[in-house]
Amino acid sequence: MPYIPHTASDVARMLEVIGVRSIDDLFDEIPSALKTTALSGVPPALTEMEVARLLTERAARDGRPLNFIGAGAYEHHIPAPVWSIATRGEFYSAYTPYQAEASQGTLQLIYEYQSMMCALTGMDVSNASLYDGASALAEACLMAVRANRATHARRILLPRAVNPTYRQVARAITGNQHIEFDVVDFDRRQGRVALTALEAHGARDATALVVQQPNFFGNLEEVDPLTDWAHANGMLVIAVVNPVALALLKPPGEWGGLIDDKRGADIVCGEGQPLGVPLASGGPYFGFMATRMQHVRQMPGRIVGRTADLEGRPGFTLTLQAREQHIRRSKATSNICTNQGLMVTAATIYLSLLGAEGLRRVATASAQRTAALVHALTSIPGVTAAFDAPRFHEAVLLLDRPVAPVAAALAERGILAGFDLCASYPELGNALLICATETKLDADIAAYASALAVVMQSSRGASGADQGEADG
Amino acid sequence: MSNIPGDLQYTRSHEWVRGLPDGLVEVGITDHAQAALGDLVFVEVPQVDTQVRAGEGCAVVESVKAASDVYSPVSGRVVASNGELAARPELLNHDPYGAGWLMRLQRDPSPPGDALLSATEYAQFLNAAE
Repeated sequence: MPYIPHTASDVARMLEVIGVRSIDDLFDEIPSALKTTALSGVPPALTEMEVARLLTERAARDGRPLNFIGAGAYEHHIPAPVWSIATRGEFYSAYTPYQAEASQGTLQLIYEYQSMMCALTGMDVSNASLYDGASALAEACLMAVRANRATHARRILLPRAVNPTYRQVARAITGNQHIEFDVVDFDRRQGRVALTALEAHGARDATALVVQQPNFFGNLEEVDPLTDWAHANGMLVIAVVNPVALALLKPPGEWGGLIDDKRGADIVCGEGQPLGVPLASGGPYFGFMATRMQHVRQMPGRIVGRTADLEGRPGFTLTLQAREQHIRRSKATSNICTNQGLMVTAATIYLSLLGAEGLRRVATASAQRTAALVHALTSIPGVTAAFDAPRFHEAVLLLDRPVAPVAAALAERGILAGFDLCASYPELGNALLICATETKLDADIAAYASALAVVMQSSRGASGADQGEADG
Repeated sequence: MSNIPGDLQYTRSHEWVRGLPDGLVEVGITDHAQAALGDLVFVEVPQVDTQVRAGEGCAVVESVKAASDVYSPVSGRVVASNGELAARPELLNHDPYGAGWLMRLQRDPSPPGDALLSATEYAQFLNAAE
């Protein structure tokens, strides 16, 4: 039985009342060029057995490569209990329930998640999550414009060393809201924002400065002077952080010195994927956001609070909802109508299992592995490190020839060499962004180094031709 | 029946305006508005020196069930706003025409189009709406 409450005669009666001949007529205002007719490229339906077989075969073609690509999505070991608990019937939903307070377990889980994110970021309040790190930055920019009431500017200083996808998404989402992004270049030697470069942008009124820590190149920004400079110039600080790195680094809530009894970033956001969510062709991942109590009413998304019921028993409830879309409609702080509940469930379980000490070990091992990888690869002739700033678990290498053919040759050997930066950062030349997390053992690093040495050796003769290709 | 002081002017969006001796005007929301909103939990007032325009949102009042814009009844520059409301939003429920004032404005010179209501007109407007 189809789950459609209207019968054909119901529909006919309703159409008659509004004076329309058919349901299709309701869509007349859409130009016909934009409408899809029959989908010619779609093959006939397959049975479950056929689909399972097809997908297994396709998946096998990927092989099991050793992955050294990071660039915003990171391969970490996920303890087995994370997803066996997250996929239990009690949790297995992407949504926060509509009758939220009837689902105390779900609300408690979100509350625990928020508490952990506050502890990691050093902020007062966290929301229940956003779609992903990129859209979280876009929301943070919109929030900063609402929250910074000291200025009417809608200009945000956005370093070029911030993840290029995040920058693109932030522009796309805020595109019709008259927000101007002022791109701040990075220092060529250090691969991070230089205060002197900021000074050139500071003369004009600005709303906020975005600081990504570690930045897209894996380098550690000098967050204290950047934060102080932004605050001294009346800007808010939007921190974009890797939650795993926070186990080692100073939490954004403590960035900078005390100014007027306040310190630290004003809005913290980022990608939650490293916390127990597997790599999966771009998602589903989840974004996080936290802020100071002062700005809580400008924060988008849902917030779960702990309270007491009429009999004094502890309970959990959605709170501070009055500015959400189901109440404020077009004037809502955002149109985030749900969140990535299932991913948040996994992250909460992941963090609970690891604890502060476990997360610190993951972060430490990742930083150590990357240091070892950089050391091994830069020992190969023709390979150098691009920047000399301190880093977390990613680094930029410069090759003496174009990256793409080298990466392709390594892929044939079962090694994903890293993220080719030439499209996003042509000014860097033949630059490759590499990453090693705790999942890469000494043998894996040695395998990458010896394969790269062979590829660099054997492609030496052809490098001139490759260079010509890249220049064209 | 809500309280509608005779010496104030009103808007159809339930704000009131009081002329002050020094040529400034004081703005707030009416007793009817506060009763309709219920217990207020947060009031966001404009910053001093903000330029506001008649009919545009200038403040936000938030109750447990809704957040609503307050529209400025007149155009002008904000010379003071009620900072007390940040800590004690309930002042607006208890004393909407006194301690619950929102902002004081320096009015822009003579905008003739101001369509403010007298107390009698506002009372009639409320009656008609009911």
